[in-house]
Amino acid sequence: MQPFALQVESLTKTFGAVRAVDGISFSVRRGSVTALLGGNGAGKTTTLSMLLGLLIPSSGSIRVLGEDMVRHRYRVLPRLNFSSPYVDLPHRLTVRENLTVYGHLYGVPDLRGRIAELTAELDLGEFVDRAAGKLSAGQKTRAALAKAMLNRPELLLLDEPTASLDPDTADWVRRYFQDYSSRTGATIVLASHNMTEVERLCDHVLIMKQGRIVDAGGPAALIERYGRATMEEVFLDIARDRQKPSEAAQ
Amino acid sequence: MTSFSLRRVGAMVLRHLYILRGSWPRVLEMAYWPAVNMVVWGFTSQFFTSHSSWLAQAAGILIGAVILWDVMFRGNLGVSLAFLEEMWSRNLGHLSVSPLRPHELVASMLVMSLIRTVIGVLPAALLAIPLYHFSLFELGLPLIGFWVNLMVTGWAIGLGVSALVLRFGLGAESLAWVLVFAVAPVAGIYYPISTLPAWLQPVAWALPPAHVFEGMRSVMLGHGFDAGLMASAAALNLVYVGAAAALFLRTHHVARQRGLLLNIGE
Repeated sequence: MQPFALQVESLTKTFGAVRAVDGISFSVRRGSVTALLGGNGAGKTTTLSMLLGLLIPSSGSIRVLGEDMVRHRYRVLPRLNFSSPYVDLPHRLTVRENLTVYGHLYGVPDLRGRIAELTAELDLGEFVDRAAGKLSAGQKTRAALAKAMLNRPELLLLDEPTASLDPDTADWVRRYFQDYSSRTGATIVLASHNMTEVERLCDHVLIMKQGRIVDAGGPAALIERYGRATMEEVFLDIARDRQKPSEAAQ
Repeated sequence: MTSFSLRRVGAMVLRHLYILRGSWPRVLEMAYWPAVNMVVWGFTSQFFTSHSSWLAQAAGILIGAVILWDVMFRGNLGVSLAFLEEMWSRNLGHLSVSPLRPHELVASMLVMSLIRTVIGVLPAALLAIPLYHFSLFELGLPLIGFWVNLMVTGWAIGLGVSALVLRFGLGAESLAWVLVFAVAPVAGIYYPISTLPAWLQPVAWALPPAHVFEGMRSVMLGHGFDAGLMASAAALNLVYVGAAAALFLRTHHVARQRGLLLNIGE
């Protein structure tokens, strides 16, 4: 088995004169939780979209679970899944109907059993037969999570998974991801602005700025390298072009 | 993984059937307009029948025309509404990262169009029998050919509209209701193509509906079934629906290049 769930080489995406992603290369180990960190317009969502095959790169290569994502995306799509607060489930369908439709799309075996399992696991019972458009933000997140977990993904890509959630629900969601990753060995890649989330959840962080990866490492290692107490301070140093202490001393 | 899966097409059809099941006003609305249209044209037809020697030869000619026109209109709406539904619910992102392939999405839109057209048009056709003693089904086997040809023309327009909506966003959604009417003047729905000015007739003959409606009149006026008209309508439809499907798939590819799939919706 390939040791890497993701291998990205010289990935570039241009929109006219704008280089949204500028020749980035990185690898993500299987079973790890990796964050794409960066300010608005850093290129996180564009990168995530290319990893999902939603966006065709201008140049460079992406291998997802050993497959070339540009040429053979349909070989790998059944093995991954995605969740974003910015992409809804059809709001006129109930949560159960949504899960049934997506279950058939992903070819989930014993779909009724899987939906019952997720209903219990994600505590959907109270609203599983309610229209998705009538759910609260927290309930929507759980319904979207159930959709993302239907096919037991080997790779889970998440765009700001706890955006607009109250602290309690956000904490519950993070615990769920931690548990899923450690239980199944699945790889998680998430784009986030939330530094607490990144510190707590991630083994590895890729920090993006203006379409490039400007630094990478484990949260603890980055904090130490920048001589800071939290990832938030590291993020601010990078966002405001402050030098690392080691560079400042030279 | 197979490149065409009936299971995935079925999943998308199920998604739209759930919407219909959950909203009887939608189902009623689908049948409402064709029925009202048919009733209005039925009375108009009755009036004209007693004042026109041409119409007196075949009293149901206008009713048949209006019902078959609705087949084309509903065929178009069935395709474009199935696509617009994904845009309105901002669901295209989820679908595009699922194993569903674009041509399976197209296939599901066509199946839904067939279902919506039958739900919409069949009640009007059945209602015409007791109201005006006109049965569209008396056209016999040619009716299947007329129905299929007009529905396929509707599919071609619907796929074209869906491609435009995908490319230019929901600002273009009203095309789903209005674009089909651009064809109406040259389709020969209510009058023979020879009525059109000479310069416009080649335009009409380049479109499948002109062949279908001339064929329908030929049967209803007792001149028999014209296989040539049916064949030319089918050949033209193959070209148009093939081109429209290619345009939709190409636009989908361009949308993936430009990042349009994630950031669209209401």
